Formats: sequence, structure tokens, C-alpha cells
Amino acid sequence: MKFGVLQFPASNCDQDAIHAIRHLGHEADYIWHKEESVGDVQAIVVPGGFSYGDYLRCGAIAQFSPVMQAVKKFAEDGGFVIGICNGFQVLCESGLLPGALVRNKALKFRCEHVLLKTANHKTPFTAGTPHDKLLRIPIAHGEGCYFADDETLKKLKDNHQILWQYADSNGELTDAANPNGSINNIAGVSNATHNVAGLMPHPERACESLLDSADGNLIFESMIAKLAGVSEAAVA
Amino acid sequence: MKAKIIITPKKAVFDPQGKTVENALEHMGYTGVEGVHVGKYIEIDLADGDKEEVRKKIDEAAHKFLSNPVIEDYQLEIE
Repeated sequence: MKFGVLQFPASNCDQDAIHAIRHLGHEADYIWHKEESVGDVQAIVVPGGFSYGDYLRCGAIAQFSPVMQAVKKFAEDGGFVIGICNGFQVLCESGLLPGALVRNKALKFRCEHVLLKTANHKTPFTAGTPHDKLLRIPIAHGEGCYFADDETLKKLKDNHQILWQYADSNGELTDAANPNGSINNIAGVSNATHNVAGLMPHPERACESLLDSADGNLIFESMIAKLAGVSEAAVA
Repeated sequence: MKAKIIITPKKAVFDPQGKTVENALEHMGYTGVEGVHVGKYIEIDLADGDKEEVRKKIDEAAHKFLSNPVIEDYQLEIE
């Protein structure tokens, strides 16, 4: 499989994402923000960082970059796109994902491992995660409080678009386990067709035991398995 | 001409900055403060033109880009 990892000015988790994909034995290459095409990649990672200095709002400027127009087309055609941290903010600002990310409720930058409960196991991003598994993945953000109005939240629930939620070690969605005040402990969501997802935690920073957790691999491996299935179907 | 845009968080969105400033004001002894909302102010210098046309354009920009309608409201003035 070949992944493309976007590079905006001030992206800083792009190399980590490339490492995580290559570590799983797959191809990954950078796509510069001025590119008007995503090339022949089969999936796209919008990485973390501070794209365009996070000026105006986190992710606000990146949505108008040439590469994001190509990403929108890729997503409309059913391509798999995952946004991590700032990449999640970029996808929300672009309208590819619902809702928005605002300042953490306690105003603190949170940098720590969290536990994630997978709320929908039937998506390309979550199908490979065992049902009783809590993902242990680090966060590092100051503006990761997920917000959506009541109507949007209802749609998210009805369409099973909430993919990951902050949980305690018993899998309970408590306030104490919620690092940023996100509504319904939401850590990540997908679009209505489940081919675009975003999350604040960093799966690429939990990709080998040396990093204290390899749980992030389950998300990338899910995408890879689904892509392999799609390729086989295309050949058949 | 100038466009002045004031952007504020929507009431439904919890505004921790506003709440913190409110608490600090109370702590300093300023009584009667019933709410603080921290937003941003953008001023755009513009070439002279038809005021209504300019307003329409800047209003579109404010809706599409300068503010995020999911979490923010804005007020626009053209001078």
C-alpha cells in the first residue's frame, strides 16, 4: 500500500507518520502543500503540527492550500483520509469532517497517554481493533476540545460517526478520563460515509513497543487491511 | 475604506478564556461582572468602492474563512 503524508509549513508529525507506515512494511511519501494532485497514493494522512502557524484558527489556513483541493476530491471519490491532531483540525475546518476543535476546557496543553474506547468497529479505521481493546495512545494539544451543536451531535450518533472516545481503564466515559472537555468524551469522528476520519490522539507516536505502546498500529493496520480488500475486489 | 470584523465565540460553546478572565476580574474585586467573552478583532484596509458590494464580499469572506460558523459569530462594519 502507498500512503501520502501531507506537509504544510509547520507540520511537525509528518516524519513520525512516514515512520509509522514504513515500520508496518508499507510505502509512504510526503506530499507538499503546493501540489495540486495527491498522485497514486491509496490513503492520505493529514499529520499533526501547527500548519501555517495555526494563524487565525488551528487548521483554518491549510484548508485553502492547493493540496487540500486534491484531498477533497480524493475523499469525495471514496479515498481513505485520516487527520491526526492538527490534521483533524484541518479536516474539520475544510468541512470534510463535522464539528470543530476549540481550546481545552482547563486551558492547559495536555501531553500524556490516554485510553481510547472504539465506539464503532465497522469502519476502515477501526475494524481491526478487538472489541474489548482500549487503545493506549498519546495526546499533545492545547486545542482539542471537540464541539458540535446538538443537531450535528445527533447526526454523529445516528450515523455511528463517533469512532473513538476518551475512557478510563474500565472503559467508562468519565469526566476524569476526558483530557480536554470534549463533548461526549469524543476523541475522533468520521464523515457520514466513514472514509474520512480525524482524531486528536497520535497513533503514529504509538507504533512500536520502544515508544511505550504500539496500539496506534491497529488504526493504520485496519486501513491497510481494508485497502487490501478493496484492491482484491478490484482485481476480481 | 475599512472593514472591521468582531468575532466572538457562540454562546453554546464553552469559552474557557472568557471564564478565566471573568474569575480574575472577580478576584481583583471588580463586582457585577456577569460574563466575559474573549474573541478577536480583524481590520481590513480596502480600496474605495461601492459600500454594499464591498460588504457583500467581506461578509462572504467572514463566513467562509475569517470566522468558523460552527463555533463563532461575527459582526461586520464597513467604514
